[in-house]
Amino acid sequence: MQLVLEKRAERSNTIALVSPLIAIGLTIATMIVLFAILGKNPLLALHAYFIAPLTDGYSLQEIAVKATPLVMIAIGLSLCYLANAWNIGAEGQFLIGAVAGSWIAVKTQGTDAGAWVLPAMLVLAAAAGALYALIPAICKVKFGASEILTSLMLVYVADLFLDYLVRGPWRDPHGFNFPTTAEFDPVATVPLLIEGGRLHLGSIIALLVVAAAAILLGRTIKGFEIRVVGAAPRAARFGGFNANQLVILTFAVSGALAGLAGIIEVAGPVGHLQPGISPGYGFTAIIVAFLGRLNPLGILIAGLFLALTFIGGEQAQIAMKIPLDVTKVFQGILLFYVLACDSLILYRFKLVFPNRQVARGTH
Amino acid sequence: MQAHQRMLDPTPNGLHSGEAPLLQTIGLTKRYGDFLANDSIDIDIWPKQIHALLGENGAGKSTLVKAIYGLIQPSAGEIRWQGAPIVLSGPSEARSRGVGMVFQHFSLFDNLTVAENVALGLDGKESFKDMSARLEQVSKTYGLPLDPRREVWQLSVGERQRIEIVRALMQDPKFLILDEPTAVLTPQEADQLFIVLERLKAEGRAILYISHKLEEVKRLCDTATILRGGKTVETCNPRLETAASLARMMVGSEVKEVKAAAGRQTTVPRLVVNDLSLTPSEAHGVRLEHISFELKGGEILGIAGVAGNGQDELFAALSGERLSKDPGTVVIEGIAAGHLSITQRRKLGAAFVPEERLGHGTAPRMKLSENALLTGHAASGMVRHGFIDTAATLKTVDRATETFDVRKAKRDPEAASLSGGNLQKFIVGREILRNPAVLVVSQPTWGVDAGAAAVIRQALLDLATAGAAVLVTSQDLDEIAEIADRIAVMFHGRLSAPLATSEATREKLGLLMGGSSLEPKEAAHAVGA
Repeated sequence: MQLVLEKRAERSNTIALVSPLIAIGLTIATMIVLFAILGKNPLLALHAYFIAPLTDGYSLQEIAVKATPLVMIAIGLSLCYLANAWNIGAEGQFLIGAVAGSWIAVKTQGTDAGAWVLPAMLVLAAAAGALYALIPAICKVKFGASEILTSLMLVYVADLFLDYLVRGPWRDPHGFNFPTTAEFDPVATVPLLIEGGRLHLGSIIALLVVAAAAILLGRTIKGFEIRVVGAAPRAARFGGFNANQLVILTFAVSGALAGLAGIIEVAGPVGHLQPGISPGYGFTAIIVAFLGRLNPLGILIAGLFLALTFIGGEQAQIAMKIPLDVTKVFQGILLFYVLACDSLILYRFKLVFPNRQVARGTH
Repeated sequence: MQAHQRMLDPTPNGLHSGEAPLLQTIGLTKRYGDFLANDSIDIDIWPKQIHALLGENGAGKSTLVKAIYGLIQPSAGEIRWQGAPIVLSGPSEARSRGVGMVFQHFSLFDNLTVAENVALGLDGKESFKDMSARLEQVSKTYGLPLDPRREVWQLSVGERQRIEIVRALMQDPKFLILDEPTAVLTPQEADQLFIVLERLKAEGRAILYISHKLEEVKRLCDTATILRGGKTVETCNPRLETAASLARMMVGSEVKEVKAAAGRQTTVPRLVVNDLSLTPSEAHGVRLEHISFELKGGEILGIAGVAGNGQDELFAALSGERLSKDPGTVVIEGIAAGHLSITQRRKLGAAFVPEERLGHGTAPRMKLSENALLTGHAASGMVRHGFIDTAATLKTVDRATETFDVRKAKRDPEAASLSGGNLQKFIVGREILRNPAVLVVSQPTWGVDAGAAAVIRQALLDLATAGAAVLVTSQDLDEIAEIADRIAVMFHGRLSAPLATSEATREKLGLLMGGSSLEPKEAAHAVGA
């Protein structure tokens, strides 16, 4: 008797929906082993990770706040990945967006600039993120440079650029030499949805982005173009679609969304520009995109789930002294299982019995 | 059942009685999921015989051969080698027992030399020098001339096949399997191959010859086993059968004859190619050189030629997948289109059917309706203000299904789930339903069952009758002769002057396919025809 992987005649839609759940199940099983090895009670740890954050209002809001950048970035990335363009540098585009938007906030600081400030910040951040993403896209199209490497390397450029600004020209003169800008003026701040709470307007924007992406991919010829270029490049060219133009377009859109997420984070929950504004949103969003099956609705759910792991990780650290890095281990294992489970969409397991038995059995 | 089979065994000599066949399959069954690719197949292979394996695409020929060659494990049944049951763990075990195979699709590295390619495919431990010497000697002995030092990309398709044959022969096989070997050869090259095969047979080897060319099988083979739908239909002596009776056994019913409408009128030129030259975009691609022809409405022009002589490049240049700097090189409906994209050319009324169904003509993992949109988005009212009209795409699927008898499991399945013939009917149907002025189609019935092939050829004829200009590229000379009004031949990126089909004998076409030119006088005459 042996276990074989057998190709399915047609992709299984059931498994396409279930496979992320299987992946989550396997990840949790692995985490139980890991917690046990760390000498922590696995059940308590899992409770701290996945249940406790769901039981109080503050944590629930915080999950939505953390999910907002994840979902926005992941939607952009999913467009790239569907079109076979591998943008790994969303973290950099996020930071550049934050920097560009903050420029307006810093320059209008203390002036009586009106309500135009925040919209201008959002627009500039999106434009800057898009332009920053266009660097690897154009290098790929013009020179054949691997966008995976160039987009990733530009993350560090953005990171150090932000660092320079907040330690140098933009440093708050009254900030006791901390590397941070002054707190943004109210007109440069993303309004809260609930007075005194954490939830802000950015979450609404993220939902709008999800809806727009769902319409784009499901209903429009542009969305079809994105899907077909990724799924069958030669057929796409035969259909009259230009893969290079699409690399440019999807990188620009995903860069814009990442930049937008960056300024919303800075002008929202953080309130000023400083190093470390992102706990790796741009990278975690890659996991969100794949866990969500590159589907807008799936990404919304996956974004909330991964936000839960961030919050849960903090709680587990506080309550059980489990290192915060375990959250990253969890996310890595999850991506691994998600990609592994995806093979079940096109293949299925089958038990095969030795030849003779079958021969006697059926004839 | 075995006894029954043995009694029917039509092998002409009685030598077999008492001794076991060289290779035998008994009740060989291969199941893929719910699909029975081979259903209890019995076949006996005797030494000193050329045994034909006949069947349509999907009949189970490849599956059977893969099981015999150890590439796949049968689900049930057994394989006997010289009377003893064996289980083959892989092709190298099959080779070590004396089974050699020449695949239809060559597995050669373009940038390596002939000798290096052969060395990669051999299991032995002899030195490269000894191997090269033996290679030269084997190729000389069998009249398969090869220069071991040449790189594969410089060789013609026929020469590449020689490498595969010599590689198989260097292992001194008792049993050689050839999968559609003449599909890529000119008639003259095929004749040379038959001489080699006769010689191998005389040496006492057994040969399993997979083909669907019935005349060839009648001429060459001693026994024929016919498969249909994964089952053995018949084992017979092909020399005692007619091509029609063999076809009937393969297809299971009479094959519908393709009929051209009488008195087809040609009208104005709808596709004109003027001195088209194009450097290849890929390494080792073929350069198109000074290609010119004119195709009128109501006319079918066939382009024959061995694969890899620039047909793919010509298709790309005509479709707009590759653009030409000079707009005048390709003229569609009187409009210079050499610089226009494929979408713009479709808007001018051109339609295209590429050779490769999956991955080029369709996106395999997308639904048929989405694949209708793939080529229909330009000019078929499927898109309004950037939004897809799903109902319109589904309607195209339904109409193609109805008009061209596309068989599928549900209304809108993924392209990859259709059989080759049904998918090809869908692709051709998708284009014809757009009422194109010009249809450029490459290998319209390649790997398609006879029923579907007849439907497709008839559709091309009907389209021409309706006034469209149809350009058909095919390696199947019979197909071209059946539907084309004029035939031109591609060789090394050049296109011969077209001959009227009535004048285009196999000999003439074979010469052109091999690169020789016809008498100047004759060629001039043909152009005027």
